[in-house]
Amino acid sequence: MAKTYDAGVKDYRENYWMPDYTPKDTDILACFKITPQAGVPREEIAAAVAAESSTGTWTTVWTDLLTDLDYYKGRAYKIEDVPGDDTCFYAFIAYPIDLFEEGSVVNVMTSLVGNVFGFKALRALRLEDVRFPIAYVMTCNGPPQGIQMERDILNKYGRPFLGCTIKPKLGLSAKNYGRACYEGLRGGLDFTKDDENINSQPFMRWRGRFDFVMEAIHKAEAETGERKGHYLNVTAPTSDEMMKRAEYAKEIGAPIIMHDYITGGWSANTQLAQWCQENGMLLHIHRAMHAVLDRDPHHGIHFRVLAKILRLSGGDHLHSGTVVGKLEGDRAPTLGWIDIMRDSFIKEDRERGIFFDQDWGSMPGVIPVASGGIHVWHMPALVAIFGDDSCLQFGGGTLGHPWGNAAGAAANRVAVEACVQARNEGREMEKEGKDILTQAAKHSPELGAAMETWKEIKFEFDTVDKLDVAHK
Amino acid sequence: MGDVQDYASSLSDTSSRKFETFSYLPAMTPEQIRKQVEYLVSKGFNPAVEHTEPENATSNFWYMWKLPLFGETDVDVILAEVEACHKAHPENHLRLIGYDNYAQSQGVNMVLYRGKTV
Repeated sequence: MAKTYDAGVKDYRENYWMPDYTPKDTDILACFKITPQAGVPREEIAAAVAAESSTGTWTTVWTDLLTDLDYYKGRAYKIEDVPGDDTCFYAFIAYPIDLFEEGSVVNVMTSLVGNVFGFKALRALRLEDVRFPIAYVMTCNGPPQGIQMERDILNKYGRPFLGCTIKPKLGLSAKNYGRACYEGLRGGLDFTKDDENINSQPFMRWRGRFDFVMEAIHKAEAETGERKGHYLNVTAPTSDEMMKRAEYAKEIGAPIIMHDYITGGWSANTQLAQWCQENGMLLHIHRAMHAVLDRDPHHGIHFRVLAKILRLSGGDHLHSGTVVGKLEGDRAPTLGWIDIMRDSFIKEDRERGIFFDQDWGSMPGVIPVASGGIHVWHMPALVAIFGDDSCLQFGGGTLGHPWGNAAGAAANRVAVEACVQARNEGREMEKEGKDILTQAAKHSPELGAAMETWKEIKFEFDTVDKLDVAHK
Repeated sequence: MGDVQDYASSLSDTSSRKFETFSYLPAMTPEQIRKQVEYLVSKGFNPAVEHTEPENATSNFWYMWKLPLFGETDVDVILAEVEACHKAHPENHLRLIGYDNYAQSQGVNMVLYRGKTV
């Protein structure tokens, strides 16, 4: 029977709280952590989040009756306590796949983290995880090349990639910058990297940088006989300008370029990733601004969601945190999201903060990049935590070597190879790390000097964003 | 600056050439090589031996020695093929690969003999 129009404000839960609903395989599922204002029932606020992130608005409108809202609406289908925190709860919401444009993380996120985050009935709201159904994954382009192609392009097997961010972050001239890259690459790095805030400033315009860096790559390749790259940052004020820089990087033979996918925006990122796929380029992704979104345990978007967004939008590398360096990141959840980046199927695992099974089908994986305050003493732990399919990136830990970048690079290269060799021999990396490095340093004065320089440095602060676990 | 050590590497010095994974470490002893082959086998990789003239080392495609040793798990058999290839092509670079057919990649790739580097 046809419905009748009944103007006015209704409780959200009448339409959007459906505890008996069984999510479909094609639904996009979301888990929100909701901190409500005092006195609002959980079911009502969960339903409100479902409504405001899908079809609903604050009042009934007559045009609701021109469509089949029961088909299109988001459904709050489950509520759970947050372990160890009574101020908030988890709400699980299912969205029919037809709510979203194919291949558009922009469209999905505009709904899921749109107006609803400013909703007054909420004190805070956090998107903890999203299950993208394989049906939706298949509409997205994904990483331009993937891990296997990257290894084949660069001829690197059986070990992590090794990189270095060039410092100082800002202020070098293009030629001096190219010098810093050359020194690192000839010392044994696979990659050097533009810092994220290097775009095209007056002190160093992009084109001069690209030219000098390419000469550094060519000469280091000839000298070492190994393949090298530098992440040329093409992040730009407009996507036209971004594409212009990408085209030029390809023209001069660069194997890899770089983009900041949050500040640069997901439309631009998806466009660039598709172009990279068509043009045989690798794409390194930086995540500036992520901590604004993902660090507060009660509000924002968890990084595991941002990582999924990137895998769908497209990128071959993504900064993932180091567990051991200067930047935030606990071990178990970090291991969770690096699996989300690399594996083809990830099981729900609350111990690692993963709320849903995620099936990526045949979509290529993204290489996690460990970068930020790491040095040679961290190498055994990094190899143990990240395994081969990773990129370990030492900025200060290369350039701060007392004998310069080439020696710093060689120290890290010797260390990573010694750790891989020891791991393959079945040795326990984290227990025997000191012995492994000390032994390797006997044949590498560069490594010996690096170990001496950084022996006292530690970054032991407590993590702000922890997994939700019950108090004792 | 007296304490700073120079990094010796140049285009003209052929000893500056490297050979990817493990080439920054001292040459492995036979026991160390055996342990790496044991690792290759333990991971379920398929061993394969390849070689090339040093002047063609930058090519992706080195010459296959016979076929990959699909399913071979005997470390001695694998090492014997390495030796046989080296004996037949003593002037060439030789590498041992472990093909990972699930990742469609190589889980192991190490140069075990170097010819005269160019």
